[in-house]
Amino acid sequence: MTMRDTEETLPTPVRPAFDTPSTEDGVIVNIGPSHPATHGTLQIIAELSGEKVVRADVHCGYLHRGFEKECEAHTWHTLIPYVDRLNYCSALINGFAYCDAVETLMGVEITPRTRYLRTLLSEYSRIADHITCIAASVMELGAMTAFLYLMTIRDWIYEHLADLTGARVTYSYGRIGGLAHDLPEGWIKRLEEILDEYEEYVGRIHGLMDRNRIFIDRTRNVGVISTEQAIHWGFTGPILRSTGVPRDLRRDTPYLAYDELDFEIPVGINGDNYDRYYVRMREMDESVYMIRQLIEMLPEGPINVDDRRCTFPDKKLVYTEIESLINHFKLVIDGPQVPAGEVYRAHEAANGELGFFLVSDGTGTPHKVHVRAPSFVHMGGLHKLLEGYQLADIISTFGTVNMIGGECDR
Amino acid sequence: MNAAHERTGAFEYLTTRKDELVGWARKFSIFPYPFVTACCAMEFMSVSSTMYDTDRFGAALPRFSPRQSDLMMVVGTITHKQAPILKKVYEQMCEPKWVMAFGVCATSGGFYRNYAALQGIDKVIPVDVYIPGCPPRPESVIDGIMQLQDKIAHSRHPIINEKF
Amino acid sequence: MDAGLLERVRERLAGEGLEPAFAHGLLAVPLPRERLLSVVKMLRDGFGFDLFLDVTAVDWPGRDPRFDVVFHFYSTRGHQRVRLKTTVTEADPVVDSLVPLYGSAAFMERECHDMYGIRFRGNEDLRPILLYEGFQGHPLRKDYPKDREQPLVRYRE
Repeated sequence: MTMRDTEETLPTPVRPAFDTPSTEDGVIVNIGPSHPATHGTLQIIAELSGEKVVRADVHCGYLHRGFEKECEAHTWHTLIPYVDRLNYCSALINGFAYCDAVETLMGVEITPRTRYLRTLLSEYSRIADHITCIAASVMELGAMTAFLYLMTIRDWIYEHLADLTGARVTYSYGRIGGLAHDLPEGWIKRLEEILDEYEEYVGRIHGLMDRNRIFIDRTRNVGVISTEQAIHWGFTGPILRSTGVPRDLRRDTPYLAYDELDFEIPVGINGDNYDRYYVRMREMDESVYMIRQLIEMLPEGPINVDDRRCTFPDKKLVYTEIESLINHFKLVIDGPQVPAGEVYRAHEAANGELGFFLVSDGTGTPHKVHVRAPSFVHMGGLHKLLEGYQLADIISTFGTVNMIGGECDR
Repeated sequence: MNAAHERTGAFEYLTTRKDELVGWARKFSIFPYPFVTACCAMEFMSVSSTMYDTDRFGAALPRFSPRQSDLMMVVGTITHKQAPILKKVYEQMCEPKWVMAFGVCATSGGFYRNYAALQGIDKVIPVDVYIPGCPPRPESVIDGIMQLQDKIAHSRHPIINEKF
Repeated sequence: MDAGLLERVRERLAGEGLEPAFAHGLLAVPLPRERLLSVVKMLRDGFGFDLFLDVTAVDWPGRDPRFDVVFHFYSTRGHQRVRLKTTVTEADPVVDSLVPLYGSAAFMERECHDMYGIRFRGNEDLRPILLYEGFQGHPLRKDYPKDREQPLVRYRE
């Protein structure tokens, strides 16, 4: 019995930037793309001097699924499930950012209830995303208990969102000009329960991690980046805020209902791993605070705009009225007719600025859908966070950067 | 198998019982290698943590070295860029080994039908269990694990036959 | 939000013979590719557009020049966005690289090169990033068939 079934040599998909060490005692180490530290699919080729990383060459693209090409073959509506799978930790934010971009291009104004509901769900999704990031990064540093606590909350959130949307991870809940459907009965009550439970569990995480000697030693003053460097390398979101800049699109260029909410923007001091962890923890608290305000503010009313260019007619009318039947047919077969033009809309996703650049040629199919994905840009500057630190620090740095394969490679 | 052994019914009976014994032991000590790439990873995290707990099936401890694992869970989309790595990792695993295609992308490419996505990992490596869903709910993952256990319990374990 | 910032940029660019226009909340500036680097420098140093957001291309088959190359910039103090748009032909798809000005341009230019075959003068490192070594063609060009696969591994029977 042979170990290998074939003797075929397998090709290497990437070409490293360097293959000889720059110094005599340098060693070149390959990490990934299938490695416990690179959750997701990333390859880091690092040159080490002893334990220290001298140079790092970051390769991504192992999850390039042809998102943009796939979009060009779908109508504006039917590509929403693809959009959800960009950042699968917070799929709702992706969907809403995309719908917002299309609505801007069409000149559609969403209804007040949808505006508040989208804000609420974006924040809820942000909590799930930060939980995933923190859970994964602390687990890689050995904190299994914290991981299990956080997973418990996240599962409640997932099940709760499944009650609303029908799916646990990838929801396809946003629609152009509205949402798929209204809240089910008792949803808000359960939401309040989960928020209360969340506070108790996150208190335990603070107790386990914040002053934990091992955790602090692994994260304090590791992966430090200055504000100037962070902006130069295009970092946005919690990474930029951890350097001390309160740059947050929710405050700077308010969209949805954020200008009516009271919230703080947590910032760090050093721009190191610990700050990134703490900024995320504090942001979750702010999200909870915002959700509680939004529950109070949520108005009654319709979910979808009354605009036959994008909203599907009522099912009952489709079966009884010829106009509605034709409208439904045209929306399904041709897609919503989006006026020709270009638009760039950005939302503050959990990782940073998530921008959609859409080009329409006036038909029901997009001419181009481009995503400005925060993770991809962060990977371009990741080597700045790795160089000069120890090999083992790659794990903690990579965890707090929170690279999401789906949106990084698209 | 040796033809001489087949004529003696007693020995055949014995080896069958051995297979059952080994299968029973193996099915409760699955060491998964999570080949995690995409969205399904979220459900993989859920299924291996408190709420669903794959430890109940003896499949809790992920081994991140292919040499130490016997179940490869391919969690998420495999692209053409990733395929050589998948195959390399599979070839590094020791026998006996099983492969689970977790989610519809690993099974068939899912709704990605384009230049980048591999149309199912079974084009590159053999697969034992397919779990449908995009991503599958934890319950269907557990169902998949149980089906795999069933398969392990009822298959022959040829190393034993050769040695004994 | 600095509402006057974009107006000042518009006046300055209009004074230089360009035709900036407001579109969906940002300032869109079409410009010839020769002037790209000088305008970006002016935006960065004169108006504080310090965050380079994005570069991508748009393929218009049948049009000459065939490609639009689109850049987005953001000012982290003024909270405004500017879009620069230049065109290149299929025969000579070259624009100046922004890597000397913004570090983040490196990865995005590599991606744009992967997907459309736009070359960036001054960016030496245009290795494939989302695609792999040996991939023929540029998948986001409209003439690349959506399902033309180029597998690296031999398929099983």
